[in-house]
Amino acid sequence: MSARTAEEPRKSQILVALEDQDTTVSLDPLENEMVLNMGPQHPATHGVLRLLVRLDGETVTGCVPELGYLHRGYEKIAENCTYHEFIPHTDRLDYLSPLSNNVAYALAVEKLAGIEVPKRAQYVRVLCCEMARIASHLVAVGTMGMDVGALTALLWMFREREKLVDIFDVLCGARFTTSYTRIGGLMQDWTSQCTEMLKQFLTEFNDDLAEVEKLLYTNKIFIDRCENVGCISRDDAIALGMTGPILRAAGVPRDLRRDCPYLVYPDLDFEVITFTESDVLARFYVRMEEMKQSAVILRQAVEKLPEGPINVNDTKRVLPKKERTYTRMEELIHDFMLINLGIDPPVGEIYQGIESSRGEFGFYIVSDGTGQPWRMKIRSPSMINLSALPTMVKGGMVSDIVAIIGSIDPVMGEADK
Amino acid sequence: MNQLILEKLKVRFPKSIEGSDEFRGDLSVRFRSEDIVKVCQFLRDDSDLNFDLIVDICGVDMYRPEGRFEVVYHLYSIRNKKYIRLKVSLNEEKPVVDSVTSVWSGANWHERETFDMYGIEFRGHPDLRRMYMPEDYEHYPLRKDFPLMGIPDSIPLPRK
Amino acid sequence: MGLGNMLSDGFLTTRLDEVINWARKNSLWPMPMGISCCAIEMMATASPRFDISRFGSEVMRFTPRQCDVMIVAGTVTYKMARVVRKIYDQMPDPKWVISMGACASSGGMFRSYSVVQGIDLFMPVDVYVAGCPPRPENLLRSLLELQKKIESDRTIGDLLRREKIFIPENGPAERVGTIS
Repeated sequence: MSARTAEEPRKSQILVALEDQDTTVSLDPLENEMVLNMGPQHPATHGVLRLLVRLDGETVTGCVPELGYLHRGYEKIAENCTYHEFIPHTDRLDYLSPLSNNVAYALAVEKLAGIEVPKRAQYVRVLCCEMARIASHLVAVGTMGMDVGALTALLWMFREREKLVDIFDVLCGARFTTSYTRIGGLMQDWTSQCTEMLKQFLTEFNDDLAEVEKLLYTNKIFIDRCENVGCISRDDAIALGMTGPILRAAGVPRDLRRDCPYLVYPDLDFEVITFTESDVLARFYVRMEEMKQSAVILRQAVEKLPEGPINVNDTKRVLPKKERTYTRMEELIHDFMLINLGIDPPVGEIYQGIESSRGEFGFYIVSDGTGQPWRMKIRSPSMINLSALPTMVKGGMVSDIVAIIGSIDPVMGEADK
Repeated sequence: MNQLILEKLKVRFPKSIEGSDEFRGDLSVRFRSEDIVKVCQFLRDDSDLNFDLIVDICGVDMYRPEGRFEVVYHLYSIRNKKYIRLKVSLNEEKPVVDSVTSVWSGANWHERETFDMYGIEFRGHPDLRRMYMPEDYEHYPLRKDFPLMGIPDSIPLPRK
Repeated sequence: MGLGNMLSDGFLTTRLDEVINWARKNSLWPMPMGISCCAIEMMATASPRFDISRFGSEVMRFTPRQCDVMIVAGTVTYKMARVVRKIYDQMPDPKWVISMGACASSGGMFRSYSVVQGIDLFMPVDVYVAGCPPRPENLLRSLLELQKKIESDRTIGDLLRREKIFIPENGPAERVGTIS
């Protein structure tokens, strides 16, 4: 008895939180329940996510996720950087689709400063967003297959991703952390080599996806492991603030590209995919179909790409070209002012969200009129989608947790900011 | 649409509104901190407005003598496809506000993160503990008087 | 000529060293401590295009008990440092560490309150790889440098003395000192 009470103050708050979920921790050795730590270093947790699960035999009765193992302090860094200096940091947030983070940040700052970019830049940004969406869903589907045992899917998806990454390499010089957009436009133009590579990719893409479908869609083991696992009701999903494929697999046709359109999405023709079963298999189907819809958008956008400038003609906000900076006086002064003091947006606050591959990815920026933001809040979809994890795993088994995390597809760089 | 929402709120809560603002198409309304749960309940349950998705809750440190902290709520209505922003000001000595987890259960983790970064307490929250920093960390990182490089040795490193 | 001489740098021990080092360097099984963005490039190195298994790293085992080299890929925060050190301590000898990327080597672009400015503050490191993230070819080159380093290991002679190597993005590798 006295041993138990002496331990009470030492028990961490997380164990207390587990206790609140209708179960008690007892020291009886014949008790069936145990607390299992799926620690931050684990092959199945898609990054550094720590899960404490209370098990009754093999069945899960309670789960507490713990985040923060990749908290890098982005919001504090943003308060000390100018708007241009923060662009490379946005790549590392959702590091599976870095181009769409760049686009989201540029849209947010341009909404604050009241800049409208030219049409060609908008079309190229749409191309970037959709390519990033395909790249991210390829990894999501591949790792979900790997988590339930279909290792071949991962290797095939990475082969496809290498083709996309080659296009990024030609477009902006980096495979991965691209930092491609700038405030008021883009870093460099979309070339004809990129168009050829993209068309080549699109001709092979549907056949390659069909190969993976043949492997997984009628595979009894895959379907048994994923069907009716991790269900969440439609009302729960809305109350918990879910967005993205999870909400669409629960039957709510919410897609920011359709509902609050940005860039040139109103001119493009695509479908919003919804299913109603809201289990792991439905989310898998949503991602596969969304990849096909992204290919449709890419074909249309690459046909309709107009000629023209890619940067806004506003010298006080847009960085000048390097050749002119080194040879002319005005551009040198503008470059100096922009790098050191930053653009001068008006005093105010905005929120701008886009539909990224995980959900609604948004920036809330409070500006005090200087070149550095006063407050920048990043609305990360992975963190909020993970808050549904305790509801989804209750009653399932330990191996279902792995499949459910794969279907939520969290990226810890974004969830931990 | 913004005008309609503002009119409805002014009719229903004449004494709680402290001001409103519209910038680049976003509507933001400031309220008294005591009435926030009633306002959120009304915004969710009203059949015209129907703000059923909680998008974001965050804190802002304005670093001014009164009303130092602000808590900002972003809501979205799936049927009307509209965003709204609610703001509440809190004092420095005792930043406490009621929790809205009874209205939307998704507010849980947002409020935990705001508590972790600013030290703002939410009355009635089922599980208020830190989100990102270790459980026994003593400081609130996003306050303006906390240095960027942190307080040395506040989290111990393992020995080499 | 005495017993002491025969046990270090004699003919028998150097031949034995060569065989042991050859076996060790050609079968380095990595332990992927994939924390953030560099983990994706590490997965790409294991994918069919860049194929790390042709250099001996056949499988990436996630259990530390079966691994030789730990590749720390990603930003290490103060909260995660304890975990990384624990996993490192669980690896059996001989073990090496590759610090992949700018964040693991020196804190990278994150100068903030929660990021450890370099894992060598709490762990011994053998090879540093520059890049943000380093290209898969760069990671393969770091593996080859580690193999060269293991070749010149005096296993039976002096087990505990290790040397530090730095690999920049363009340029030859350089030895930058010894670690205890």
